[in-house]
Amino acid sequence: MKVVVCVKQIPDPADPGELDPDSKTLRRDVKLILDESDSYGVEMALQLVDTAGEGEVHLVSMVPNNEVSGLRTALAMGAAGASLISDECLAGSDALGTAKVLAKAIAAQEPDLVLTATESSDGYTGTVPVQIAELLGLPSVTFAKEIEIDGSTAKVKRQTEAGYDDVECPLPAVVSVTAGVVEPRYPSFKGIMAAKNKPVEELTVEALGIDAGEVGWAGSRQDIVEITAAPVREAGEIIEDEGDAHERIVAFLDELKVL
Amino acid sequence: MDFSPDEDHDLIAEGVRAVCGDFGDGYWSDLDQRHEFPWEFYARLADGGWVGIAVPEEYGGGGRGIAEAAVVLRTIAASGAAMNGCSAVHLTIFGLNPVVVFGNDRLKETFLPRAATGDLHVAFGVTEANAGTDTSQISTRAVRDGDGWRIRGQKIWTSKALESEVVLLLVRTGEADSGLDGLSLFLADLDPDHVDIRPIPKVARNAVASCEVFYDDLPVEGWRLVGEEGQGFRHILHGLNPERILLASEAIGIGEVALERAVTYAKDRNVFGRPIGMNQAISHPLAKARIELHAAWLAAQEAAWRYDHGLSCGEQANSAKYLAAEASFMAADVALQTHGGMGFATEYHVERYWREARIQRTVPVSQEMTLNFVAQKVMGLPRSY
Repeated sequence: MKVVVCVKQIPDPADPGELDPDSKTLRRDVKLILDESDSYGVEMALQLVDTAGEGEVHLVSMVPNNEVSGLRTALAMGAAGASLISDECLAGSDALGTAKVLAKAIAAQEPDLVLTATESSDGYTGTVPVQIAELLGLPSVTFAKEIEIDGSTAKVKRQTEAGYDDVECPLPAVVSVTAGVVEPRYPSFKGIMAAKNKPVEELTVEALGIDAGEVGWAGSRQDIVEITAAPVREAGEIIEDEGDAHERIVAFLDELKVL
Repeated sequence: MDFSPDEDHDLIAEGVRAVCGDFGDGYWSDLDQRHEFPWEFYARLADGGWVGIAVPEEYGGGGRGIAEAAVVLRTIAASGAAMNGCSAVHLTIFGLNPVVVFGNDRLKETFLPRAATGDLHVAFGVTEANAGTDTSQISTRAVRDGDGWRIRGQKIWTSKALESEVVLLLVRTGEADSGLDGLSLFLADLDPDHVDIRPIPKVARNAVASCEVFYDDLPVEGWRLVGEEGQGFRHILHGLNPERILLASEAIGIGEVALERAVTYAKDRNVFGRPIGMNQAISHPLAKARIELHAAWLAAQEAAWRYDHGLSCGEQANSAKYLAAEASFMAADVALQTHGGMGFATEYHVERYWREARIQRTVPVSQEMTLNFVAQKVMGLPRSY
């Protein structure tokens, strides 16, 4: 079984992000790391291949430069190889442009299953997985909390606000994996060292047969008009207990109409 | 000379940091107060292959050298785990080096694969109440018993004896007055029928006990002799320089985490309407601590590089340990001072770093004896004792 996992390399959220005033997007000329939300898909894929007893996990990712450090983390977890679409013209790609590129690279791998996160931690559009499915003409299942492969069928527990739905679909399919549903493994020493020698195929947009005008700023259908800082959270009220604190708290809650 | 970043070292640090990230200051403070061994932490590091990083590849280990082991231990210490975290894994990471270098095939095949997976916990029994710095006075004795030996005597400050299955034990096999030439090294079982272990209440690193260990005619099979009879001290010597390098790295990690906490506090803590870090009386000692830690790390890396390349490294290893012990303690002390009264509060953790940074000025060899080594062995000055 071949499982392709879409992974994104993003600026480390632990470091204060910096906005590029020209593009109004996060600066990406820093060290990029594996988006944590993708680590669940990688782990899920590794477990599925493990359960199947055969097959491999292949990564697909795109960047405007040739950054691979985030990919290496996923390779160190156990993925066998990666396709990295690395092309300057990808800078500024919107969700659909991203989906077009990823879909082409995924198709070349002829996978049995495609896993993605539900959304990236820096973009948050949450639309790329279904766009990939549409472009590939494959079934799309979103918000998976459990996946079981039964022959040529995927049985998915799909998380909902009320609980979960049992969903079945034929393979190949594109399934987005909810964050937190599996415990991503930490790369081991041997895994990290082995990852250095695993194959990462670098591709250009042209090599995928896509017109550069369809992706990046040129092909983007979105326009970031303005960016403003989130409102500063106001300080809460401190109630000093002078014997009537409970009454004041009750009055406060009453005012919020939560009682 | 090449000072460009070592990609492997960066990856190793990143990998260890990821594991340590799940074990915060609260975990270590709690275990320190309850005097409990960090089993979960140990298991996670072992699962990742970090504990076996320096065990030869042919026995299932990572096959790396002291330079990489130093990066692992520095990273563990700098995570806030400090000596509690390092001592939990230190001896399995490199304690069996004399077995790797001098051990017979059966010893290597029996124990090294288990060290590689972290399954084997190892203690180190050299120091005695009357034989600390002066190893020639060791009186714990092994006498022949058929094809094997029986060991009788007592050791002190044996770290991790409670958790360990085996102990690398330096004992006398020669005459009582045979000095360093009459010592032999064994990898013996800590068999509870013949070994009594008593933890010593102490000031720091309380998640990992240091113990008095009493050996009451402990039977040891012949093949458990490491190297040659009567050559035990020389075999141990082979591991002493790496041990100093690793302890230097641990000290540096503690200094770094203490400094990091202090810098954060100095930026956040406002007195007289401004951050205290704005005062040079606060910022200069912090800057000095950083400079000294950096210098100590360079010295440790040089020593590690020399050892891994088969070059003599006695001066470098001792220098690194000396510099690191001073830099670490001064950084921790400055961190404590920066925190003012809060530095003494357990919840800020710098008091724990401070207690644990102090260890290295005494262990495994005192700063004074380190200076004696350099004065006599490197500079040729006459011995005073």
